[in-house]
Amino acid sequence: MIRSNRLSANQVDAWKPWLLVVCGYPVIRWLYLGWTDGLTANPVEFLTRSSGTWALVALLLTLAVTPVQVALGEPALVRLRRMLGLTAFFYATLHMLSWAGWEHAFGLSGMWNDILERPFVAFGSVAFLIFTILAATSNQWAMKRLNKRWKSLHQWIYGATLAIILHYWLHKAGKNDYADVMVYGAIAVALLAWRVLRKIQYRRRSQA
Amino acid sequence: RDLPAQVNRDYLLMDATTPEKDVTSYNNFYEFGLDKSDPSRYAGKMVTDPWSVRVEGEVGKPGTFGLEELLALEPMQERVYRLRCVEGWSMVIPWVGYSLASLLKKVEPTGNAKYVEFVTDMQPDVMPGLRSRVLEWPYREALRMDEAMHPLTLLTFGLYGKVLPNQNGAPVRLVVPWKYGFKSAKSIVAIRVTEQQPTPSWVAVAPQEYGFYANVNPEVRHPRWSQATERRIGEGGFFTPRRPTLMFNGYADQVASLYSGMDLAKNY
Repeated sequence: MIRSNRLSANQVDAWKPWLLVVCGYPVIRWLYLGWTDGLTANPVEFLTRSSGTWALVALLLTLAVTPVQVALGEPALVRLRRMLGLTAFFYATLHMLSWAGWEHAFGLSGMWNDILERPFVAFGSVAFLIFTILAATSNQWAMKRLNKRWKSLHQWIYGATLAIILHYWLHKAGKNDYADVMVYGAIAVALLAWRVLRKIQYRRRSQA
Repeated sequence: RDLPAQVNRDYLLMDATTPEKDVTSYNNFYEFGLDKSDPSRYAGKMVTDPWSVRVEGEVGKPGTFGLEELLALEPMQERVYRLRCVEGWSMVIPWVGYSLASLLKKVEPTGNAKYVEFVTDMQPDVMPGLRSRVLEWPYREALRMDEAMHPLTLLTFGLYGKVLPNQNGAPVRLVVPWKYGFKSAKSIVAIRVTEQQPTPSWVAVAPQEYGFYANVNPEVRHPRWSQATERRIGEGGFFTPRRPTLMFNGYADQVASLYSGMDLAKNY
């Protein structure tokens, strides 16, 4: 199944500057809303939630790279994955900082108590910890050093995804307001299920 | 439309009032949707004229009061109250109205009158939120009789010197400043005086999260978050810290005696 008209690495790399602009869209939007008085009466809450939502969107796009790449038969697309993953980490960091700064004025004991008392904060924290480790090992140097272990380490992203969906679900639980969570959760489950099914298929094939 | 009122100097606050734009654009009024911006976006279509309020139950003189009748019942007062939402934010609002006690006395509660329940209007054509199952509709809230008769409990018709905007609960709502905001029912069509303790809408769907009393209390945490601090809407900028929440939202001197001997952690 080798096609001669497949995208080359250089062709995909040429898209990266454009992808960077797309990844920066939420920041541009926040600046625009801030300029035009559009951050609502509670800008602190708006930005906390918005950064969390965009971190999730970027994460789902990251997880979509492999299925899309396989479906289109364009392996070079995987070259866009790191930028999307780091974008998810970037917005997750802003989300975490807005919680730490605006909710707790960076007070460590308050933050720690919050993690212990509120399961949804605990799930978010676990996800952020995983994100941080994965972001720190996303460079060429770490990939070479970790060699074969790199792949299994970065499969922790699946655990982080589940933790984030739980984080979001529990946050909305108080008001039984699951509409948004269901949409994001369904996409996340579909992206994870695709991987499970593919694995089962591989196994069957190798047994046959 | 303006709603002239005499400033009641017993109910002034040193706190700066929250900008009117914020008071009228950042609301919880789930009949119109769950988003804070939904009420100001959709409530404009709510029909508030004609309007009447049924007062029924354990009263000697039940009856239906037209809005004009309610407006004329007592001179309008302006009172500046703190409003603390259970979600951890707060505002300071100049309300216009009079003590609910004036209306309750007029209908002569009987010896069995122990609680007062407030029912919000349902207008399915213009209230998209009624289709959601987040709450039991119509929205119901309730107070104990002594709470309802307390002078702080305000039957409210306006804010910032004008009649209530629809998103703030036009044309008549309750304001109970020492309780979390959800206790203050909006767009009221019925007031039922009862002997049995009513089950408010929030208590019906999430009793472990929302109690009957719902008094503002920094020491009793919500199951999923602390209530020790609050963010004052419209105050300062991104570096303004949260404020400490006050016991009974700062009205302890007036209302703490209502709950003497009660375990407030249990009766949350």
